[in-house]
Amino acid sequence: MAVKLPPLIKVAPWALTIALFLFWEAVCTGLSIPDYLMPAPSAIWVAGVEYAGPIMMHATQTLFTTLAGFAIAVVVGMVLGLAVGASPLIYQACYPLLVGFNSIPKVAFVPVLVVWFGIGTVPAILTAFLISFFPVVVNVATGLATLEPELEDVLRSLGAKRWDIMTKVGLPRSLPYFFASLKVAITLAFVGSVISETVASNLGIGYLMMSASSSMNMPLVFAGLIVIGVMGVVMYELFAVLEKRLTGWAHRNPNAPG
Amino acid sequence: MSFVSFENVSLAYAPGGANAIENVTLSIREGEFVAVVGPSGCGKSTLMKLVSGLKPPSEGYVFVDGREVGGPLKIIGMAFQAANLLPWRTTLDNVMLPLEIVEPFRSNLKKEKAKYTADAEALLAKVGLAGYGDKFPWELSGGMQQRASICRALIHQPRLLMLDEPFGALDAFTREELWCMLRDLWQQQPFTVVLVTHDLREAVFLADTVYVMSKRPGRILVRKEIDLPRPRPLDVTYTDAFAGYVHELREHIGRIRES
Repeated sequence: MAVKLPPLIKVAPWALTIALFLFWEAVCTGLSIPDYLMPAPSAIWVAGVEYAGPIMMHATQTLFTTLAGFAIAVVVGMVLGLAVGASPLIYQACYPLLVGFNSIPKVAFVPVLVVWFGIGTVPAILTAFLISFFPVVVNVATGLATLEPELEDVLRSLGAKRWDIMTKVGLPRSLPYFFASLKVAITLAFVGSVISETVASNLGIGYLMMSASSSMNMPLVFAGLIVIGVMGVVMYELFAVLEKRLTGWAHRNPNAPG
Repeated sequence: MSFVSFENVSLAYAPGGANAIENVTLSIREGEFVAVVGPSGCGKSTLMKLVSGLKPPSEGYVFVDGREVGGPLKIIGMAFQAANLLPWRTTLDNVMLPLEIVEPFRSNLKKEKAKYTADAEALLAKVGLAGYGDKFPWELSGGMQQRASICRALIHQPRLLMLDEPFGALDAFTREELWCMLRDLWQQQPFTVVLVTHDLREAVFLADTVYVMSKRPGRILVRKEIDLPRPRPLDVTYTDAFAGYVHELREHIGRIRES
């Protein structure tokens, strides 16, 4: 019996990733590019194994600051999003402030946070929070604000209070938007924590890469980059699965009638 | 004694702005089936908002059941052109949504869950959706969604059913099926119906009385009683009497559009 091959679409991401690394390796060895400019994947692997202990330690720190910042972002973003989405007044009042705030590069905030909280974990958590709460706010608010007016009429004509409409329709309706925003927010949170660690910390992957690059240890820098990338993908996937589980109705089969 | 009555009602959405409807006076008996037709934008939907208490009139008075309307009434069911079912609820849960809001059902929901569920299932069966209760709305066809939407409008046994072009988005065959469904529901257990529609055949087939409204600002131009015997089979739409009514109404609409 022939072995049934897994469908192409399943293996495609793995195949492309492996192909990319093979190509990278071939270019580096073929053109004999020195490690201190552009390390080959094999050299990165060696560095990764050699420094496995410190990498694990710093990665754990980064994961912790990222998740802590992300958790705050989810709570604050949800509350703010509900307020902005539920009330046109709060929406109008907050909108310019929110947009203005979001336009500021968060790396510019790090020095301020350092003055307030010193270097280390706290600025990293806060930077992760600051950079990642905005998409949560916008998505939750959008989910609430785009409620069909007819549906609202149906409920209001029955005597439903704002709170009824919010809990029966608004909240469930904004859930898919909320989960979509979590996927964006978690990757942004990594950006925030690593930026802050690079600028102002003596812990975390950002710090590890910073110190490695100052001693021209490029394989280790790249090992750090790849670790961040892997953590980002894993967290993204986690929230993608969660999203599918909890809001499957929003990802319905396009072949179904209706 | 009229169940719904309008006395010289006008409504401007913006204070001092143009009237959406103007000087409307009408009265609807309890159990009467009324259809409102007119060119698009004539304020038919405004009429619904006034009756259901979602909007107060700028001028005049709206009475329902002998009392002036001062806020949302709980004796009303509504359905619109879009079925607007909630995609995260099953069809049955969608139908039962009003029971979670309207008193006394709301307070009794926990105790009487089994009975209410049975009622909802019976209602679904009446409109030909037996066994579809645990399907999600997006698993149903457009016509089935609209049937479920009408069930949702009727589950709390409203005395007044307001329908805003409920069959407008359906194909001709499905539409005729749903006419008959609505006719049967109404015949079995009479409630008052206000049906807003563009479709003159729909209005004549279903209604006891048809009101023709003018262009914006909407005014009542014609009140026409439809004296076709009930129950009306679908074949009645091919009779001369039926065609006569439709022609007459069509002429009024034509005149409005030309003016």
